Amino acid sequence: MKPVDFTYHRADSVDDALERLAAGGDGAKLIGGGQSLGPMLNLRLSRPRVLVDVSSVEALRGIESTRESVVTGAAATHSEIEDRPASDPIEHAMREVAAGIAYRAVRNRGTIGGSIVHADPAADWTSFLLCADARIRIRGVDDERDVRMREFTRAAYTTALAPDEIVTRIEIPRATEQARFGFHKLCRKTGELAEAVGAALVDPGRRFCRVVAGAVGAKPVVLPAATRSLAATAAPADPEALRSEIAACTGEHDPVKLHMAAVAVGRAVDRALATR
Amino acid sequence: MSTGIGARVPRKEDARHLAGKAQFVGDLSFPRLWEVAFVRSPLAHAHIRSVTVPEQYESRVFTAEDMDGVRPIRAESSLPTYKASDYPALARGKVRFAGECIALCIAPTRAEAEDIAEAVELDLEPLPAVTDSLAARRPDSPLVHEEWGDNLFLTTSADGDIESVRERAAVVIEREYRTARQCMVPMEGKAVLARHEERRGQLVVYTSTQVPHLIRTGLSETLGLDQADVRVIAPDVGGGFGYKCVLQPEEISVAWAAMRTGRPLRWVEDRREHLTAGANTRQHHYRLTAFADERGRLLGIDAEVTVDVGAYSVWPFTACLEAAQAGGNLPGPYAFDIYRCKTFSVATNKPGFTPYRGVARPGVCFAMELTIDAIARAVGREPADVRAENLVPAEAMPYTNVTGKFYDSGDYPGSVAGARRMIDLDAVRARQQTPEPDGRLVGIGFSTFTEQTAHGTKVFGAWGLPLVPGYEQAMVKLAPSGTVEVRSGNHSFGQGLETTLAQVASEQLGIGVDRIKVTMGDTGETPYSTGAYASRGMVMAGGAVSKAAESLAGRIRKHAGHLLQASPGEVSLSGGRAWVGEASVSFEDIARAWYLRPDQLPDDVDTLGLEVTEGYKPDVDTGVFTYATHAAMVAVDPATGAVEILDYVLFEDCGRRVNPMILEGQSYGGTAQGIGTALFEESLYDENGQPLTSTFADYVIPGPTELPSMRIEHTESLSPFTRHGIKGIGEGAAIAPAGAVVNAINDALKSLNVEINEIPATPRRILAAILEGRGSGAEQSS
Repeated sequence: MKPVDFTYHRADSVDDALERLAAGGDGAKLIGGGQSLGPMLNLRLSRPRVLVDVSSVEALRGIESTRESVVTGAAATHSEIEDRPASDPIEHAMREVAAGIAYRAVRNRGTIGGSIVHADPAADWTSFLLCADARIRIRGVDDERDVRMREFTRAAYTTALAPDEIVTRIEIPRATEQARFGFHKLCRKTGELAEAVGAALVDPGRRFCRVVAGAVGAKPVVLPAATRSLAATAAPADPEALRSEIAACTGEHDPVKLHMAAVAVGRAVDRALATR
Repeated sequence: MSTGIGARVPRKEDARHLAGKAQFVGDLSFPRLWEVAFVRSPLAHAHIRSVTVPEQYESRVFTAEDMDGVRPIRAESSLPTYKASDYPALARGKVRFAGECIALCIAPTRAEAEDIAEAVELDLEPLPAVTDSLAARRPDSPLVHEEWGDNLFLTTSADGDIESVRERAAVVIEREYRTARQCMVPMEGKAVLARHEERRGQLVVYTSTQVPHLIRTGLSETLGLDQADVRVIAPDVGGGFGYKCVLQPEEISVAWAAMRTGRPLRWVEDRREHLTAGANTRQHHYRLTAFADERGRLLGIDAEVTVDVGAYSVWPFTACLEAAQAGGNLPGPYAFDIYRCKTFSVATNKPGFTPYRGVARPGVCFAMELTIDAIARAVGREPADVRAENLVPAEAMPYTNVTGKFYDSGDYPGSVAGARRMIDLDAVRARQQTPEPDGRLVGIGFSTFTEQTAHGTKVFGAWGLPLVPGYEQAMVKLAPSGTVEVRSGNHSFGQGLETTLAQVASEQLGIGVDRIKVTMGDTGETPYSTGAYASRGMVMAGGAVSKAAESLAGRIRKHAGHLLQASPGEVSLSGGRAWVGEASVSFEDIARAWYLRPDQLPDDVDTLGLEVTEGYKPDVDTGVFTYATHAAMVAVDPATGAVEILDYVLFEDCGRRVNPMILEGQSYGGTAQGIGTALFEESLYDENGQPLTSTFADYVIPGPTELPSMRIEHTESLSPFTRHGIKGIGEGAAIAPAGAVVNAINDALKSLNVEINEIPATPRRILAAILEGRGSGAEQSS
């Protein structure tokens, strides 16, 4: 279980990384913390000729809060987000989500950008950033564009990112003081990817509300009916309605999986309501 | 302070382990050493049409054709109906499980060896795979070994007059139980390094094994070498659990390739190889009918046990050990008179069964313990009471049970009482009267077992295995510097034997363990031992060291008598000195007199000197029986199927405890593995025999956050048959957890009329049972 032979390059800037990517063509691949790619390299499921390490590119690191949003560099680690002081509900939510990822050794290396680019449907950030309506900034050789998380994740392990592009930063809109958040995941053991994820954010001050189911189907999905119900009422989500909606939104048929997904979402919604 | 038997001595081996200075096979280094990667079968069952090696790699790749003259692994047994299998080190003609070795590739690094392995082309003709052991028993099943005409390695039966109890039974419980296939997951997988040593004219094989002397025998038989020309060294071994107590095909092929190429070669099993080609244990199926009276007193058991033993019979323990142990141990600690049991050891297209910590008993204990609770529910009584009333009572000891097992000593019901007190059954029952604030359901479960340990000549002789363990030998020597050397052919792979053997010598010789050096695991330096398995190390190697050290103590007294001008009978040993009244002489002076200053000794000195090798086996060698009761309190979330173990207690009796601290470590570790069996671990296959759990993302083992804080108490019922009254304990704790945990889950789910009879009890399995609104067997109670 050793990787194929590859060349390793530690990029010192975004431009440097972009150049290497372009020069390497299909055979070039970015690596951040390596927490997903590392095992895939060893299993030879990923067989790059050139590995471009962006984890120490200064422009991709750092986290700052502006008036409108929290902006994290793509190479910010889960630990850095977990350890950052939080003042508003979104910052608290990000801390909570980061602290729940795998275990500390993984969080010390794994990055938020790496996680969403890998696009495992069960990963925490893919669900959270969809729920929080984040914008993903993408740099190509000649251009820069912003994509909403909703459009960024296309399917399991598939994103809007082209092979010669890099995610540089992630922008999460800030919430008002009235915002409430709930996140719940079902895992067989600490550190494992979730079997079901629920995320719920309601912010009356911004007239924003969103309920997301993750780890079921090909990618995390927004649940419109559950979202409307959360925005409109304080009543806990009805489990049967949740199951049907998740089935409709994801195409999932397995009753046990649907039940788990509904429980995770229901508990996330309950959490959001309970803290109101 | 004494460092003898009973002392909580810190482990001698920890100094190097904690400093990261231990030496495993992967740490060794030799000039010109190359690494090995295997081409393994991607299919579970296929004819090999051809293996094509690219021209540039011809000198780097070896297949079965190159290994002409090397014998396959073949484990015979004299049990009637047994069929032996030929298990070649590299597949010949056919592959019988996904992961079976087909070709061996060598290169300076493992990555390059894997590159070569990828370049080897296989032309395989797929055959239908045999993946279900029940279906494999049917006449229309495809065959793993065509020449057999069926898929049965072995069938056994015990024929009690079960019809006679059917009519007098007030309660009849019928159940089907399943236990999953598992991997043993030692921290260090298999590893082997082989080289030819010119000076001694020996093939030297460093291998991560529990049984170095057996591996030497196995290698010389398969490779056709004289045993004197083979030396096997087990260096530090990172866990064994039974996985490393058999001859491995990789040991043969790597040793052969090292001889063929004249180059030191090493192969280290990676985790994916382990989780696929090493998925070789625990998978049982039970059909069980229990008959009891209206109080829940067991009248008889009628059982059919099917073991999914995989494709090949391992050497030396064969594919039969599991079923033979299952059939013989199912009645466990319970006293009842009528027993009928058929066992089937079924060949399937999976890796061949290897004895894992507990061997069959985790399965039979799970089946019996769930049955006892089902009986208790059927008669409406407290399961702990029904359990205690059915156990062999203390006053009946020694006791011969329905399968002829001879239980030497103990108070089995007392262990239930102990566990019941520790976990406070009454408080749990009181708590269950009020709904939990978080909506979870609380339940409590018990599990009691006996474990045959250190079973020897008689038992293995009856199974007719290639190996029948006899007298275990050990050498003990007073070295010139006055320190003690102990040499044993047994091996320590994490269980602390390096320390506990020193404690036994310390007890006999009156010298601290810091002045005792224990050498194990090297056939070139130690007397023959069949090795570490069957919880025999402490009883057998400990007994041999005790006996040899006792002889040495006698000789030390004689020599000291000369020096102190007293008779040997007046001499006592303590603190590393020999004493007569107030006068004393140090071990160092005694040793110096013998080795360097013989002029100080009289002419009629005992010329056997200060080095003793003795052989030992217990007076009765059918095994000494350790026993315990485990109890678990769990909370089950009925919405998610998640199980949390809230409390876990063990009440154990393994006779004399040599080092209570090491013993507790054994119990914690065994219980952790048993909880893995109960809740997490499962090697899954699809219908083509493809392994679906090839990484730790899919094969889930419990971690620190999943395990409870365990509490342990002990009694010491000394065995009347062994030195110091010691019984084995290495395997025990892994046996009981599935019974305790699943009984607790079923207790919690009682109100939902749901019963779990299959492990691991995953959230998905529990949730599916709840969603179905019924258990897999509860409705069958009558």
